[in-house]
Amino acid sequence: MEQRTKINAEDGKQELMVSREFELPLELLFKAYVEPDIVEQWMGTKVLTLESKKHGSYQFETTDGQGNVVFKANGVIHEFSPNQKITRTFEMENTPFGVQLELLKFKKLTDDTSKLNMHVIYESVAHRDQVLRLPFAQGINMAHNRLQDIVSKLT
Amino acid sequence: MKLRRDVFQAIADPTRRAILLLVASQSMTAGVIAAHFDTARPTISKHIQILKECDLLRQEQSGREIYYRFNPNKMKEIAEWLMPFAKMWDDRFNKLETIMKKYKSTK
Repeated sequence: MEQRTKINAEDGKQELMVSREFELPLELLFKAYVEPDIVEQWMGTKVLTLESKKHGSYQFETTDGQGNVVFKANGVIHEFSPNQKITRTFEMENTPFGVQLELLKFKKLTDDTSKLNMHVIYESVAHRDQVLRLPFAQGINMAHNRLQDIVSKLT
Repeated sequence: MKLRRDVFQAIADPTRRAILLLVASQSMTAGVIAAHFDTARPTISKHIQILKECDLLRQEQSGREIYYRFNPNKMKEIAEWLMPFAKMWDDRFNKLETIMKKYKSTK
């Protein structure tokens, strides 16, 4: 099971690139970013607002079983070119991560495949590095954490 | 053609993670590693080869035996940084792809 998402985050830079090829026609890939009910499904969060147009805004919110808000994010859309490009800001509320600028480029590869390049620019190198550590702090992968424990004892 | 080995690919496999866990506590020969698994010896050798190619395992000669040693620096490099982040996005994008494939077929 190879990971199909490539992350390029060079040391000491305040940006990163996420790229991924999809077995989907370009139009379907783009649709997954535009339709609120589809965004909800793959992002795993509730979409309160999503105005997919220039100067539009969006708001995401996730609540736990008790109805407490555990994740809230928002942003505005600067450029919206169907099947080509979305430029937007993204900010997680009540966190120290700051605002990030996201440039999403969608490209047709064949009739049935497409590619997404996501260029993310953070406020500073420190902000970027904090965000990169975030999923690690949440302990996404148990086996991986176990290894990390061993590594930290060794070094 | 030689495939490029990337570290994410290496640790995506449960058997290879198990091998790393084993060797992390103590250097071992391929035979001793293989004895811990029900899997056929050549399969384990292949896994060891992949881990070696991406520098997660290092080889040490001791007399006539070759011992495999875990390279924590390599693991640290990816563990602390990109792996969980990449996995998070990979999971999301896999979901996106599955949803849209279904969407296509019901359209």
